[in-house]
Amino acid sequence: MIIRALLLLLAAISAVSGQAARAQQDEPKLVPDVSQRQIAIESGFTGAELLMFGAIIYPRGVTPSEQIDVAVVLRGPSQAITLREKQRILGIWINADSKEFLSVPGYYAVATSRPLNKIVNPRTADIYELGIDRLQLSPRGSFSANEDQRFNAGLVDLNRRGGLFRQQAGSVEITDSVLYRARLLVPSSVPVGRYTAETLLIRNGEVIMADDSVEIEIRKKGFEQFVTVLADRYSLLYGILAVVISLLFGWMAALLFQRI
Amino acid sequence: MDVYLPIANLSVDAFVIILLGGVVGILSGMFGVGGGFMTTPLLIFYGIPPTVAAASASTQVTGASVSGVFAHMKRGGVDIQMGSVLVIGGLFGTIIGAGLFRLLQEWGQIDTVINILYVLMLGTIGGFMAWESWQSVSALRGGRPAPAKKRRHHPLVANLPYRWRFYRSGLYISPLAPLILGFVTGVLTMLLGVGGGFIMVPAMLYLLGMGAQVVVGTSLFQILFVTISSTMMHSLTTKSVDIVLAVLMLFGSVTGAQIGARIAQRMRPEYLRALLAGIVLIVAIRMALGLGWQPDEIYSVQPL
Repeated sequence: MIIRALLLLLAAISAVSGQAARAQQDEPKLVPDVSQRQIAIESGFTGAELLMFGAIIYPRGVTPSEQIDVAVVLRGPSQAITLREKQRILGIWINADSKEFLSVPGYYAVATSRPLNKIVNPRTADIYELGIDRLQLSPRGSFSANEDQRFNAGLVDLNRRGGLFRQQAGSVEITDSVLYRARLLVPSSVPVGRYTAETLLIRNGEVIMADDSVEIEIRKKGFEQFVTVLADRYSLLYGILAVVISLLFGWMAALLFQRI
Repeated sequence: MDVYLPIANLSVDAFVIILLGGVVGILSGMFGVGGGFMTTPLLIFYGIPPTVAAASASTQVTGASVSGVFAHMKRGGVDIQMGSVLVIGGLFGTIIGAGLFRLLQEWGQIDTVINILYVLMLGTIGGFMAWESWQSVSALRGGRPAPAKKRRHHPLVANLPYRWRFYRSGLYISPLAPLILGFVTGVLTMLLGVGGGFIMVPAMLYLLGMGAQVVVGTSLFQILFVTISSTMMHSLTTKSVDIVLAVLMLFGSVTGAQIGARIAQRMRPEYLRALLAGIVLIVAIRMALGLGWQPDEIYSVQPL
């Protein structure tokens, strides 16, 4: 199905590529898409796999001879957080230090056709926030760069091991310098919200085209959505419901086992 | 079978949670304790956020203690008057506990406080129980009868003013003592997600000097109401009660409790108590070591 979608896309591209070339003389154009625009979190949700794919349209349909690289970035809604650090004090490990970060994406994944350091220079990587160690997390009240770096590394490492920050080198496949596709994994602990998918076209260490028009919505659905809204907005009712359910449960179990 | 927990925001293996509830249920059926002191640490160990674990565990203890309360009421094992005083203290305790919970959360010290409280309480009570059951088991082995204990309340309790008569418990003491005891367990219920039975029972026996025939029933009566209050407080303040998690654990624990109760009927109470003391001590030692070991995660995230 995906292959057919790609072929259809290719046919459409070849039809419009003449116009596109006239509109933009030198720059190639990106036509990105994603396998699903909505991810629903339901009772069996264990994570999802997103296929991000698209095509590169070159001016006058001429494929360049230089190597083209593609980076795909999926980014979740940002959140302000406090990061706490445990230290050993009087023999026990307690939260001793903390730092606030004002914009931490709830999810961030980058897939590239080759290792990042081979396709972009550090300055470009910083500008486009390419790579999990180049995210602008906006630490508050920075006094020492050393301390910032320590907390930054701790936060990135925590999220990387939790599967919420991902960096996949070489996982973007490019076919004939025209079609690209990459698979990104979303774990079950992913935050809900509006996600943006960005595709960057890279040549000679420079980003020559970027497109962040694709949006994906991840939200809870059905029972999960109902429980979340109830717990959040109708807390009193939710609490009463939780109590009644557990009382009924215990009572029914007692009745049931009396008969056995 | 994977099930998504809507409040904890992650998916878990339902069978693991049911099994975990089952193990706790067997213990609670065997020993007549709620088992909350094992549920919360096990859930945290499985990867459930500590706040969700504590909040949902108290919901589970509510369900687990209902049948016990009914059973004890039928045979007159609940001192309602004493229980009500304990419950009133417990309700205040959960309210204060909720404030304390929020304060500690803001300071980022809630996990440490929970761990230290666990170590202190389980260590003290486990040690006390181990010592006592060692005496009774060795008395049993030696064929001598255990020395009869004088049942009387602690001098501190005796000195409190405004005495009431608690007929069922056979006591003439100030209601302030059970009120304070209820309050303390209420705070602990809110902070730790435990019913507090393992503190209540020894405190009722050795501090208040209640008659043994009403101790377990009255303690369950208090646990029932205080965990209800704690579920409500958590729903209103931390919003961390995960009903799916609580129901999964209930599946396991109500079944386990029946199995545990049947095991308990075939064992001598002296050995049963020694076994419980051993389990409590193991949990306490494991948690004490955990305080000193380098944790798996040095960093933790809290939304602003």
